[in-house]
Amino acid sequence: MGTPKVYWEDVKVGQQIPPFVRRTDFMNWNRYAAVNEEFVYIHMDDEGGRGAGQKAAFGMGNLRLSYAHNLLRDWIGEEGDIKHISIQYRGFNFKNDVLTTRGVVTDKRVEGDKHLVDLDLSVVNQEGVNNAPGRATVVLPSRGK
Amino acid sequence: MGTPKVYWEDVKVGQEIPTFVRRTDYMNWNRYAAINEEFVYFHMDDEAGRAAGQKAGFGMGNLRFAYMHDLLREWIGDEGVIKMVSAQYRGFNFKNDVLTTKGVVTDKRVEGGEHLVDLDLQVVNQSGENTAPGKATVALPTRGK
Amino acid sequence: MATQSRLTPAMKAEVNKPPVTKVSPPISLSDIRKWAIAVYWPETPPRLFWDEEYAKTTRFKGIVAPQEFNPFAWPVRRDREFEAGGNPPPNPDGTFTRTVGNANVNAGSDHEYGAYMRPGDIITAVDRLAEIYEKTGGRGGNMVFRVREDRWTNQKGEMVKINRGTTINM
Repeated sequence: MGTPKVYWEDVKVGQQIPPFVRRTDFMNWNRYAAVNEEFVYIHMDDEGGRGAGQKAAFGMGNLRLSYAHNLLRDWIGEEGDIKHISIQYRGFNFKNDVLTTRGVVTDKRVEGDKHLVDLDLSVVNQEGVNNAPGRATVVLPSRGK
Repeated sequence: MGTPKVYWEDVKVGQEIPTFVRRTDYMNWNRYAAINEEFVYFHMDDEAGRAAGQKAGFGMGNLRFAYMHDLLREWIGDEGVIKMVSAQYRGFNFKNDVLTTKGVVTDKRVEGGEHLVDLDLQVVNQSGENTAPGKATVALPTRGK
Repeated sequence: MATQSRLTPAMKAEVNKPPVTKVSPPISLSDIRKWAIAVYWPETPPRLFWDEEYAKTTRFKGIVAPQEFNPFAWPVRRDREFEAGGNPPPNPDGTFTRTVGNANVNAGSDHEYGAYMRPGDIITAVDRLAEIYEKTGGRGGNMVFRVREDRWTNQKGEMVKINRGTTINM
């Protein structure tokens, strides 16, 4: 067993977890398209993005979903588990946007033998726009066992 | 053994083999980048293509090299073997170019028990420009054995 | 002014269609490694996803996939709807027809996780349209929401993931 990065007992409601930050452009989107096979013109070609009524091509929501997973994994380490995550894609991710994925603890509870923490998630761009609000529940190790 | 698509005896010097045609854009280039890990900004982003002194983003030479292999495989079938392919990338492949990959038989010979055919290759765009001259040698099944 | 409903009887009937079952090819180490590289780009991904020697020392006793990993990418035979991603390819002259007014947008994801995916696992997905409804958008037009529920199990019958994905046709 590894050493837990964070114990359930040490988490406080209202606490912000360390953010996960990425500047995104075609490099990030095309690499994600490569593994998820998500080759769509609106994500690859500025003309394709304009065809969809936007100023240029834009990134896929699914990459922000992965960033939300990365945020949680970085915080909980290998001794924690992501149990649930939900996210809504509300804004567009254009080239050179700097996306800061954040989490704030909203609740902690014990269900059965599982020590759970609930969080609100956001993916905020350099203009302060939250373009992907979400929620997550993680299971953390407890000092009690 | 399958049924050969073409026998060495039936090939004539000067013969043109059936062409392989693809219209190319970011869909083709990004899918190729995905499997060859060839994510280079000037193949992904029109701005980067312009920074490299071209009018827009452009496709990779390696994809045209793959088209040459496709051309040969479709002609020789599963019973023939590609022994050698060489190509030079001399022109650019821009978005929406229609690339016609062609082969002309230049020689046929027997060497070390193998029945070989040599070809000149080219990848011609819709303006008639040969963007990638090349050469190939294939081994074909013979009626003699 | 009342907005005309875009929901046709045929669209509503989509909910009652039998689910579509898909079986993944065996998950490969290489696919897990590439996924991790892509989603952590440009930084090095966690060792758990690519270093077997290291992964053996963890409670997982070997490499696991990042939980959002998709083993159904790159099918050999093409599903036309997926190919276009719900959005059309360019016209023969290279121009794009404006899809404003009839574009499919990925509106949200909701994943509940069970067993981790590992190299060699074969995942079965049972996917169905769970809900279809409409809402009036900010500009007055009606938007059609589709919620698909995709349940994944591994070869041991363990629940891997329940994915509820929402798309909007706007």
